[in-house]
Amino acid sequence: MRRLGAAARLVPVYLFLYLPIIVLVIFSFNSSKYSTAWRGFTWKWYGKLLGNEQLIDAALNSLTVAVLAATLATSLGTLLAVALYRYKFQGKSAVKAGVFVIMMSPDIVMGVSLLLLFMLLGMQPGFWPLLLAHTTFCIPFVTATVMSRLKGFDPHLIEAAEDLYAGEYRTFRHVILPMCLPAVFAGWLLSFTLSMDDVIISFFVTGPDFDILPLRIYAMVRMGVKPDVNALSAIMVGITVCLVFTYQLLMRKKK
Amino acid sequence: MKTSRLFRRISLGSATIWLALFVLAPNLLILVTSFLTRDEASFVAPAFSLDGYAKILSPVFLDVLIKSVYLAGTATLICLLAAYPFAWTLARIKSRHKGLLLLLVMIPFWTNSLIRTYAMVFVLKGKGLISQVLTGLGIAEHPVSFMYTEFAIFAGLTYTLLPFMILPLYSSIDKLDESMLEAAGDLGAGRFKAFVHVILPLTKPGIIAGCMMVFLPALGMFYIPDILGGGKHLIVGNFIKNQFLTARDWPGGSAASVLLTLIMLLLMRFYGTSSRRLGKQGGDEL
Repeated sequence: MRRLGAAARLVPVYLFLYLPIIVLVIFSFNSSKYSTAWRGFTWKWYGKLLGNEQLIDAALNSLTVAVLAATLATSLGTLLAVALYRYKFQGKSAVKAGVFVIMMSPDIVMGVSLLLLFMLLGMQPGFWPLLLAHTTFCIPFVTATVMSRLKGFDPHLIEAAEDLYAGEYRTFRHVILPMCLPAVFAGWLLSFTLSMDDVIISFFVTGPDFDILPLRIYAMVRMGVKPDVNALSAIMVGITVCLVFTYQLLMRKKK
Repeated sequence: MKTSRLFRRISLGSATIWLALFVLAPNLLILVTSFLTRDEASFVAPAFSLDGYAKILSPVFLDVLIKSVYLAGTATLICLLAAYPFAWTLARIKSRHKGLLLLLVMIPFWTNSLIRTYAMVFVLKGKGLISQVLTGLGIAEHPVSFMYTEFAIFAGLTYTLLPFMILPLYSSIDKLDESMLEAAGDLGAGRFKAFVHVILPLTKPGIIAGCMMVFLPALGMFYIPDILGGGKHLIVGNFIKNQFLTARDWPGGSAASVLLTLIMLLLMRFYGTSSRRLGKQGGDEL
């Protein structure tokens, strides 16, 4: 009886979350161009994607930015997490609060504020502004991910390193980093996903010369339902599922 | 121990300077711009004016603001009511598959929200999911489209942001001390009383965090009204975007951005006090 009650509360929400995506994925295999009814299975929309050079370009641009931004953000974010965990300094609580505020701050405000900054600096919209912007909004998420892992540590390990006269750098390199490596990878994955997902901030900092996948999709989606958009969306959902599984494996608590 | 000091400086300094440069400085720029004068040729002229703020007090913007708060607020409420019982059940369930159930919430959380907005088109359009169910049950004779309606925007906002409500609620319910509930029961509190006087106050930080994570993005996600609302229903995000890219009124757009930031800070303060009351520090999420 209790199980039935639990199922009654869980199942509708899962259905709501998944049904639209499942329908989308199913229709990406529909051979009818006007996806109102099922007209048989086909791979052709996926084939059509491969022939769309504009789209391939945008995808490559997105991947480049996501990999670079995630790597930069992971380095900076991890160092910040370690500094917040290890050291006492003036303004520490302000830095902590700042990281939290940035995570919460509305994308649209970050987008227009960076637009102003890059205009003032005379930077043309495109690759560099995009990379700087993406790195910026990923840093707090890496810091939070790594901090949550550091909290669970046995501080004696670090004391032991200090007793053995390891300096700050060697303690970091040989004790702290190996211990939080899964969280560092997880932070990288999270950053990669955030970068691939962002529409609002990218909208303001990149231009027609450097098109990226989410903005390309945005332009396509505004035209209405199209089978090749379905196929592209299905691929992206598939990639996300793989990333989430990997993230979950990395963040699993060791018993 | 020269390297130690150097390491300490680099580890703290690099990210802090980065964030000061790319978050603090741009936000100060917005604040300054909001007090400048609009200029056709070079976007802004360096002369003090309150025109930007006059713009966000004008009926045009107030209409957008009221509408946005109504849309985002209702969506937040729907998410809260849908997510609370769900998160409660998920946190308390004793099942071998609990990890998998949680993972199934993480997947939509991580999926591109633009794609999820697009997926909603399949539900709302004429001959879409809802329409087919309605005609199938004989409630509607002809296919009905829900696209470009207010309902479509609610559906889109709720759909894309629901995971952002579930996860903070889940983590605060998960932290609940079972003995508190037993104590409430032992003292003769019924289920309703225990909920109102014990569970609700203890999970309040999660509720506020969830509401923030739904309400704030809901004010800014300009592509949802764009795709599902057919451009008929503007939200603050659309307004800011238009001021910067179409109308070229930077002070007006900046003033609206400052307003959004203030709303965020206000909500965060609210979150800070409520979680401190439970003996935790603000920003404990870190």
